[in-house]
Amino acid sequence: MPTLLVIIISSVFVNNFVLSRFLGICPFLGVSKRIDTALGMGLAVTFVMTIASAFSYMVYAWILKPLQVEYLYNIAFILMIASLVQIVEMVIQKVSPTLYSALGVYLPLITTNCAVLGVAVLNMQENYNLLESVVNGFSAAVGFTLGIVLFAGVRERIAHNRILSAFEGFPIALLSAGLMAIAFLGFQGLV
Amino acid sequence: MSKLTLGLKRGIIEENPTFVQVLGMCPTLATTTSAINGLGMGLSVTAVLIGSNLVISALRKIIPNKIRIPAYIIIIATFVTVVDLLLQAFFYDSLYQALGLYIPLIVVNCIILGRAEAFASKNDPVSSLFDGLGMGLGFTLALTVLGVIREILGSGSLFGISILPDVITPAVIMIMAPGGFIVLGILLALFNHLRSRMNKGKER
Repeated sequence: MPTLLVIIISSVFVNNFVLSRFLGICPFLGVSKRIDTALGMGLAVTFVMTIASAFSYMVYAWILKPLQVEYLYNIAFILMIASLVQIVEMVIQKVSPTLYSALGVYLPLITTNCAVLGVAVLNMQENYNLLESVVNGFSAAVGFTLGIVLFAGVRERIAHNRILSAFEGFPIALLSAGLMAIAFLGFQGLV
Repeated sequence: MSKLTLGLKRGIIEENPTFVQVLGMCPTLATTTSAINGLGMGLSVTAVLIGSNLVISALRKIIPNKIRIPAYIIIIATFVTVVDLLLQAFFYDSLYQALGLYIPLIVVNCIILGRAEAFASKNDPVSSLFDGLGMGLGFTLALTVLGVIREILGSGSLFGISILPDVITPAVIMIMAPGGFIVLGILLALFNHLRSRMNKGKER
Protein backbone atom coordinates (compact mmCIF):
# COMPACT_ATOMS: atom_id res chain seq x y z
CA MET A 1 0.00 0.00 0.00
CA PRO A 2 2.67 2.61 0.85
CA THR A 3 4.32 2.04 -2.56
CA LEU A 4 1.04 2.82 -4.29
CA LEU A 5 0.67 6.04 -2.29
CA VAL A 6 4.22 7.02 -3.24
CA ILE A 7 3.44 6.34 -6.90
CA ILE A 8 0.29 8.47 -6.75
CA ILE A 9 1.89 11.49 -5.08
CA SER A 10 4.97 11.23 -7.25
CA SER A 11 3.07 11.14 -10.56
CA VAL A 12 0.43 13.73 -9.69
CA PHE A 13 2.67 16.35 -8.09
CA VAL A 14 6.40 15.70 -8.04
CA ASN A 15 6.91 14.33 -11.54
CA ASN A 16 3.84 16.00 -12.99
CA PHE A 17 3.57 14.81 -16.58
CA VAL A 18 3.28 18.17 -18.28
CA LEU A 19 5.15 20.48 -15.96
CA SER A 20 8.13 18.37 -15.07
CA ARG A 21 8.39 15.49 -17.56
CA PHE A 22 7.20 17.46 -20.61
CA LEU A 23 4.85 14.73 -21.81
CA GLY A 24 1.65 15.70 -23.58
CA ILE A 25 2.74 19.26 -24.32
CA CYS A 26 0.84 19.40 -27.63
CA PRO A 27 -2.67 19.08 -26.11
CA PHE A 28 -1.43 21.08 -23.12
CA LEU A 29 -0.77 24.07 -25.37
CA GLY A 30 -3.40 23.28 -27.99
CA VAL A 31 -6.55 22.55 -25.99
CA SER A 32 -6.05 24.86 -23.04
CA LYS A 33 -7.79 28.04 -24.16
CA ARG A 34 -10.92 27.36 -22.08
CA ILE A 35 -11.42 25.49 -18.82
CA ASP A 36 -14.29 23.27 -20.02
CA THR A 37 -12.46 22.00 -23.11
CA ALA A 38 -9.35 21.47 -21.01
CA LEU A 39 -11.39 19.43 -18.55
CA GLY A 40 -12.88 17.36 -21.39
CA MET A 41 -9.42 16.64 -22.75
CA GLY A 42 -8.18 15.75 -19.28
CA LEU A 43 -11.02 13.30 -18.70
CA ALA A 44 -10.51 11.64 -22.10
CA VAL A 45 -6.79 11.28 -21.43
CA THR A 46 -7.45 9.87 -17.95
CA PHE A 47 -9.83 7.31 -19.39
CA VAL A 48 -7.47 6.16 -22.14
CA MET A 49 -4.27 6.29 -20.09
CA THR A 50 -5.65 4.10 -17.32
CA ILE A 51 -6.81 1.44 -19.77
CA ALA A 52 -3.66 1.75 -21.88
CA SER A 53 -1.46 1.17 -18.82
CA ALA A 54 -3.24 -2.08 -18.09
CA PHE A 55 -3.10 -3.26 -21.69
CA SER A 56 0.52 -2.26 -22.24
CA TYR A 57 1.48 -4.25 -19.16
CA MET A 58 -0.37 -7.29 -20.50
CA VAL A 59 1.15 -6.93 -23.97
CA TYR A 60 4.63 -6.62 -22.51
CA ALA A 61 4.49 -9.27 -19.81
CA TRP A 62 2.30 -11.84 -21.52
CA ILE A 63 3.22 -11.52 -25.20
CA LEU A 64 6.56 -9.80 -25.76
CA LYS A 65 8.46 -11.34 -22.83
CA PRO A 66 7.51 -15.00 -23.43
CA LEU A 67 8.43 -14.57 -27.10
CA GLN A 68 11.66 -12.77 -26.16
CA VAL A 69 10.98 -9.87 -28.50
CA GLU A 70 11.07 -7.08 -25.90
CA TYR A 71 12.83 -4.81 -28.37
CA LEU A 72 9.59 -4.60 -30.35
CA TYR A 73 7.88 -2.89 -27.39
CA ASN A 74 7.63 0.44 -29.17
CA ILE A 75 5.82 -0.91 -32.23
CA ALA A 76 3.58 -3.10 -30.09
CA PHE A 77 2.62 -0.27 -27.72
CA ILE A 78 1.80 2.26 -30.41
CA LEU A 79 -0.33 -0.28 -32.28
CA MET A 80 -2.08 -1.22 -29.06
CA ILE A 81 -2.78 2.42 -28.20
CA ALA A 82 -4.02 3.30 -31.67
CA SER A 83 -6.45 0.37 -31.76
CA LEU A 84 -7.47 0.92 -28.15
CA VAL A 85 -8.41 4.52 -28.87
CA GLN A 86 -10.48 3.38 -31.84
CA ILE A 87 -12.29 0.74 -29.79
CA VAL A 88 -12.89 3.08 -26.87
CA GLU A 89 -14.33 5.61 -29.29
CA MET A 90 -16.71 3.05 -30.80
CA VAL A 91 -17.78 1.64 -27.43
CA ILE A 92 -18.46 5.06 -25.94
CA GLN A 93 -20.43 6.05 -29.03
CA LYS A 94 -22.67 3.00 -28.61
CA VAL A 95 -22.96 2.86 -24.84
CA SER A 96 -23.12 6.48 -23.81
CA PRO A 97 -23.87 9.11 -26.46
CA THR A 98 -23.70 11.87 -23.82
CA LEU A 99 -20.16 10.94 -22.84
CA TYR A 100 -19.31 10.61 -26.52
CA SER A 101 -20.49 14.12 -27.29
CA ALA A 102 -18.36 15.37 -24.41
CA LEU A 103 -15.18 13.40 -25.15
CA GLY A 104 -15.59 12.45 -28.81
CA VAL A 105 -13.57 15.24 -30.38
CA TYR A 106 -10.58 14.65 -28.14
CA LEU A 107 -10.31 10.89 -28.53
CA PRO A 108 -8.61 10.70 -31.95
CA LEU A 109 -6.08 13.30 -30.81
CA ILE A 110 -5.01 11.05 -27.96
CA THR A 111 -3.31 8.48 -30.22
CA THR A 112 -0.51 10.91 -30.90
CA ASN A 113 -0.42 12.18 -27.33
CA CYS A 114 3.02 11.25 -26.10
CA ALA A 115 1.76 11.03 -22.52
CA VAL A 116 -0.06 7.77 -23.27
CA LEU A 117 2.91 6.08 -24.91
CA GLY A 118 5.15 7.71 -22.31
CA VAL A 119 3.32 6.14 -19.39
CA ALA A 120 3.43 2.73 -21.07
CA VAL A 121 7.20 2.97 -21.57
CA LEU A 122 7.73 4.33 -18.04
CA ASN A 123 5.77 1.47 -16.49
CA MET A 124 7.92 -0.93 -18.43
CA GLN A 125 11.18 0.75 -17.42
CA GLU A 126 10.18 0.91 -13.75
CA ASN A 127 9.18 -2.79 -13.78
CA TYR A 128 5.78 -2.04 -12.28
CA ASN A 129 3.32 -4.91 -11.84
CA LEU A 130 -0.21 -4.77 -13.21
CA LEU A 131 -1.76 -2.92 -10.25
CA GLU A 132 1.14 -0.46 -9.98
CA SER A 133 0.99 0.20 -13.74
CA VAL A 134 -2.71 1.01 -13.61
CA VAL A 135 -2.31 3.23 -10.55
CA ASN A 136 0.63 5.01 -12.15
CA GLY A 137 -1.28 5.51 -15.41
CA PHE A 138 -4.32 6.85 -13.61
CA SER A 139 -2.43 9.21 -11.32
CA ALA A 140 -0.20 10.49 -14.12
CA ALA A 141 -3.37 11.29 -16.06
CA VAL A 142 -4.84 13.05 -13.01
CA GLY A 143 -1.62 15.07 -12.87
CA PHE A 144 -2.07 15.91 -16.55
CA THR A 145 -5.68 16.97 -15.97
CA LEU A 146 -4.68 19.08 -12.99
CA GLY A 147 -1.97 20.78 -15.04
CA ILE A 148 -4.10 21.47 -18.10
CA VAL A 149 -7.12 22.76 -16.13
CA LEU A 150 -5.01 25.10 -14.00
CA PHE A 151 -3.22 26.28 -17.11
CA ALA A 152 -6.52 26.91 -18.92
CA GLY A 153 -7.59 29.05 -15.97
CA VAL A 154 -4.43 31.13 -16.33
CA ARG A 155 -4.90 31.47 -20.08
CA GLU A 156 -8.52 32.59 -19.74
CA ARG A 157 -7.25 35.47 -17.63
CA ILE A 158 -4.38 36.27 -20.00
CA ALA A 159 -6.80 36.52 -22.93
CA HIS A 160 -8.24 39.72 -21.43
CA ASN A 161 -4.89 41.36 -20.84
CA ARG A 162 -2.87 43.55 -23.13
CA ILE A 163 0.30 41.79 -24.19
CA LEU A 164 3.25 42.89 -26.32
CA SER A 165 2.42 41.81 -29.87
CA ALA A 166 5.55 39.65 -30.11
CA PHE A 167 4.46 37.67 -27.06
CA GLU A 168 0.91 36.95 -28.21
CA GLY A 169 -0.09 33.30 -28.56
CA PHE A 170 2.50 30.65 -27.85
CA PRO A 171 5.26 32.75 -26.25
CA ILE A 172 3.09 34.09 -23.41
CA ALA A 173 1.54 30.65 -22.95
CA LEU A 174 5.00 29.09 -22.62
CA LEU A 175 6.11 31.75 -20.15
CA SER A 176 3.07 31.19 -17.95
CA ALA A 177 3.64 27.43 -18.15
CA GLY A 178 7.20 28.12 -17.00
CA LEU A 179 5.93 30.03 -13.97
CA MET A 180 3.52 27.19 -13.18
CA ALA A 181 6.39 24.74 -13.45
CA ILE A 182 8.31 26.81 -10.89
CA ALA A 183 5.33 26.48 -8.55
CA PHE A 184 5.32 22.73 -9.06
CA LEU A 185 9.05 22.62 -8.25
CA GLY A 186 7.89 23.26 -4.70
CA PHE A 187 6.68 19.67 -4.56
CA GLN A 188 10.20 18.39 -5.19
CA GLY A 189 11.47 16.32 -2.31
CA LEU A 190 7.96 15.44 -1.18
CA VAL A 191 8.59 11.79 -1.94
CA MET B 1 20.35 19.96 -56.61
CA SER B 2 17.42 22.36 -56.65
CA LYS B 3 15.29 19.78 -54.81
CA LEU B 4 17.97 19.63 -52.12
CA THR B 5 18.23 23.40 -51.65
CA LEU B 6 14.44 23.73 -51.77
CA GLY B 7 13.99 21.08 -49.08
CA LEU B 8 16.70 22.57 -46.90
CA LYS B 9 15.40 26.13 -47.22
CA ARG B 10 11.82 25.11 -46.45
CA GLY B 11 12.77 22.98 -43.46
CA ILE B 12 15.29 25.30 -41.86
CA ILE B 13 13.79 28.75 -42.53
CA GLU B 14 10.36 29.03 -44.12
CA GLU B 15 8.56 26.22 -42.29
CA ASN B 16 10.93 25.56 -39.40
CA PRO B 17 9.15 22.87 -37.36
CA THR B 18 9.91 24.46 -33.99
CA PHE B 19 9.85 28.21 -34.55
CA VAL B 20 7.21 28.48 -37.29
CA GLN B 21 4.99 25.41 -36.98
CA VAL B 22 5.50 24.95 -33.19
CA LEU B 23 5.38 21.13 -33.49
CA GLY B 24 7.12 18.42 -31.50
CA MET B 25 7.24 20.39 -28.29
CA CYS B 26 7.78 17.47 -25.90
CA PRO B 27 11.33 16.53 -26.99
CA THR B 28 12.11 20.19 -27.69
CA LEU B 29 11.53 21.09 -24.06
CA ALA B 30 12.60 17.87 -22.41
CA THR B 31 15.93 17.08 -24.05
CA THR B 32 17.51 20.50 -24.43
CA THR B 33 19.17 20.57 -21.01
CA SER B 34 22.53 20.70 -22.77
CA ALA B 35 23.74 21.45 -26.27
CA ILE B 36 24.90 17.91 -26.88
CA ASN B 37 21.58 16.38 -25.81
CA GLY B 38 19.67 18.78 -28.06
CA LEU B 39 21.96 17.97 -30.98
CA GLY B 40 21.67 14.22 -30.35
CA MET B 41 17.88 14.35 -30.16
CA GLY B 42 17.72 16.50 -33.30
CA LEU B 43 19.92 14.14 -35.29
CA SER B 44 17.95 11.08 -34.10
CA VAL B 45 14.72 12.70 -35.28
CA THR B 46 16.42 13.65 -38.57
CA ALA B 47 17.47 10.04 -39.15
CA VAL B 48 13.94 8.76 -38.49
CA LEU B 49 12.40 11.49 -40.62
CA ILE B 50 14.64 10.77 -43.62
CA GLY B 51 13.96 7.04 -43.41
CA SER B 52 10.22 7.29 -42.89
CA ASN B 53 9.75 9.96 -45.56
CA LEU B 54 11.70 7.88 -48.08
CA VAL B 55 9.82 4.63 -47.39
CA ILE B 56 6.37 6.22 -47.14
CA SER B 57 6.91 8.10 -50.36
CA ALA B 58 8.12 4.94 -52.12
CA LEU B 59 5.04 3.03 -50.89
CA ARG B 60 2.55 5.85 -51.36
CA LYS B 61 0.78 4.14 -54.27
CA ILE B 62 0.57 0.78 -52.49
CA ILE B 63 -0.77 1.88 -49.09
CA PRO B 64 -4.59 2.04 -49.21
CA ASN B 65 -5.87 5.47 -48.31
CA LYS B 66 -8.14 4.30 -45.50
CA ILE B 67 -5.45 2.66 -43.39
CA ARG B 68 -2.66 5.04 -44.24
CA ILE B 69 -2.22 6.47 -40.73
CA PRO B 70 -1.66 3.07 -39.01
CA ALA B 71 0.65 2.09 -41.87
CA TYR B 72 2.67 5.30 -41.43
CA ILE B 73 2.88 4.76 -37.70
CA ILE B 74 4.26 1.25 -38.17
CA ILE B 75 6.90 2.48 -40.62
CA ILE B 76 7.88 5.29 -38.27
CA ALA B 77 7.97 2.97 -35.25
CA THR B 78 10.28 0.62 -37.15
CA PHE B 79 12.79 3.38 -37.82
CA VAL B 80 12.54 4.59 -34.22
CA THR B 81 13.34 1.08 -33.01
CA VAL B 82 16.38 1.03 -35.30
CA VAL B 83 17.61 4.38 -33.97
CA ASP B 84 16.89 3.27 -30.40
CA LEU B 85 19.00 0.12 -30.79
CA LEU B 86 21.81 2.00 -32.57
CA LEU B 87 22.02 4.62 -29.82
CA GLN B 88 21.96 1.89 -27.19
CA ALA B 89 24.83 0.12 -28.94
CA PHE B 90 27.15 3.02 -29.76
CA PHE B 91 26.24 6.02 -27.59
CA TYR B 92 25.07 4.35 -24.37
CA ASP B 93 26.92 6.59 -21.89
CA SER B 94 26.96 9.82 -23.84
CA LEU B 95 23.39 10.04 -25.17
CA TYR B 96 21.20 7.01 -24.55
CA GLN B 97 20.94 7.46 -20.81
CA ALA B 98 20.39 11.21 -20.98
CA LEU B 99 17.65 11.00 -23.62
CA GLY B 100 16.15 7.84 -22.11
CA LEU B 101 12.38 7.85 -22.32
CA TYR B 102 12.30 10.41 -25.14
CA ILE B 103 13.86 8.12 -27.76
CA PRO B 104 10.90 5.68 -27.99
CA LEU B 105 8.65 8.74 -27.88
CA ILE B 106 10.00 9.94 -31.25
CA VAL B 107 7.19 7.74 -32.66
CA VAL B 108 4.54 10.19 -31.51
CA ASN B 109 6.49 13.28 -32.56
CA CYS B 110 3.95 15.24 -34.61
CA ILE B 111 6.62 16.51 -37.02
CA ILE B 112 7.27 13.05 -38.43
CA LEU B 113 3.65 12.02 -38.95
CA GLY B 114 2.94 15.57 -40.14
CA ARG B 115 5.57 15.41 -42.90
CA ALA B 116 4.45 11.90 -43.88
CA GLU B 117 0.88 13.10 -44.31
CA ALA B 118 1.60 16.55 -45.76
CA PHE B 119 4.57 15.81 -47.99
CA ALA B 120 5.83 12.24 -48.40
CA SER B 121 2.40 10.84 -49.30
CA LYS B 122 2.14 13.24 -52.23
CA ASN B 123 5.67 13.56 -53.61
CA ASP B 124 8.38 11.43 -55.19
CA PRO B 125 10.99 9.68 -52.99
CA VAL B 126 13.89 11.99 -53.83
CA SER B 127 12.16 15.23 -52.86
CA SER B 128 10.64 13.49 -49.82
CA LEU B 129 14.13 12.48 -48.74
CA PHE B 130 15.35 16.05 -49.01
CA ASP B 131 12.21 17.32 -47.28
CA GLY B 132 12.96 14.97 -44.39
CA LEU B 133 16.57 16.16 -44.33
CA GLY B 134 15.54 19.83 -44.34
CA MET B 135 12.86 19.47 -41.67
CA GLY B 136 15.18 17.32 -39.55
CA LEU B 137 18.00 19.83 -39.77
CA GLY B 138 15.63 22.69 -38.98
CA PHE B 139 14.50 20.80 -35.89
CA THR B 140 18.12 19.98 -34.98
CA LEU B 141 19.10 23.62 -35.35
CA ALA B 142 16.28 24.78 -33.06
CA LEU B 143 17.09 22.13 -30.44
CA THR B 144 20.79 22.92 -30.51
CA VAL B 145 20.20 26.66 -30.13
CA LEU B 146 17.87 25.99 -27.20
CA GLY B 147 20.36 23.54 -25.70
CA VAL B 148 23.27 25.99 -26.04
CA ILE B 149 21.34 28.80 -24.33
CA ARG B 150 20.09 26.59 -21.50
CA GLU B 151 23.50 25.00 -20.96
CA ILE B 152 25.32 28.34 -20.79
CA LEU B 153 22.76 29.84 -18.40
CA GLY B 154 22.14 26.72 -16.38
CA SER B 155 25.51 25.01 -16.06
CA GLY B 156 27.91 27.69 -17.31
CA SER B 157 29.34 25.40 -19.96
CA LEU B 158 29.14 24.76 -23.68
CA PHE B 159 29.20 21.24 -25.11
CA GLY B 160 30.42 20.09 -21.69
CA ILE B 161 33.35 22.56 -21.51
CA SER B 162 33.11 25.10 -18.73
CA ILE B 163 33.18 28.64 -20.14
CA LEU B 164 31.85 30.95 -17.44
CA PRO B 165 34.29 32.14 -14.71
CA ASP B 166 33.69 30.65 -11.26
CA VAL B 167 32.55 34.01 -9.87
CA ILE B 168 29.27 33.75 -11.79
CA THR B 169 26.94 31.13 -10.32
CA PRO B 170 24.93 29.46 -13.08
CA ALA B 171 21.14 29.60 -12.70
CA VAL B 172 20.34 25.92 -12.24
CA ILE B 173 16.64 26.57 -12.88
CA MET B 174 17.45 27.01 -16.58
CA ILE B 175 18.29 23.33 -16.99
CA MET B 176 15.26 22.30 -14.94
CA ALA B 177 11.72 22.10 -16.26
CA PRO B 178 10.69 25.79 -15.88
CA GLY B 179 13.80 26.96 -17.75
CA GLY B 180 12.72 25.02 -20.81
CA PHE B 181 9.35 26.73 -20.99
CA ILE B 182 10.76 30.19 -20.31
CA VAL B 183 13.70 30.05 -22.74
CA LEU B 184 11.52 28.65 -25.55
CA GLY B 185 8.84 31.28 -24.86
CA ILE B 186 11.35 34.12 -25.09
CA LEU B 187 12.97 32.64 -28.22
CA LEU B 188 9.58 32.34 -29.94
CA ALA B 189 8.74 35.93 -29.01
CA LEU B 190 12.06 37.05 -30.44
CA PHE B 191 11.39 35.08 -33.62
CA ASN B 192 7.89 36.63 -33.94
CA HIS B 193 9.33 40.09 -33.42
CA LEU B 194 12.02 39.64 -36.08
CA ARG B 195 9.50 38.21 -38.51
CA SER B 196 7.02 41.06 -38.07
CA ARG B 197 9.84 43.58 -38.52
CA MET B 198 10.94 41.85 -41.69
CA ASN B 199 7.39 41.92 -43.02
CA LYS B 200 7.10 45.62 -42.22
CA GLY B 201 10.37 46.23 -44.05
CA LYS B 202 8.97 44.46 -47.09
CA GLU B 203 5.81 46.57 -47.08
CA ARG B 204 7.85 49.74 -47.25
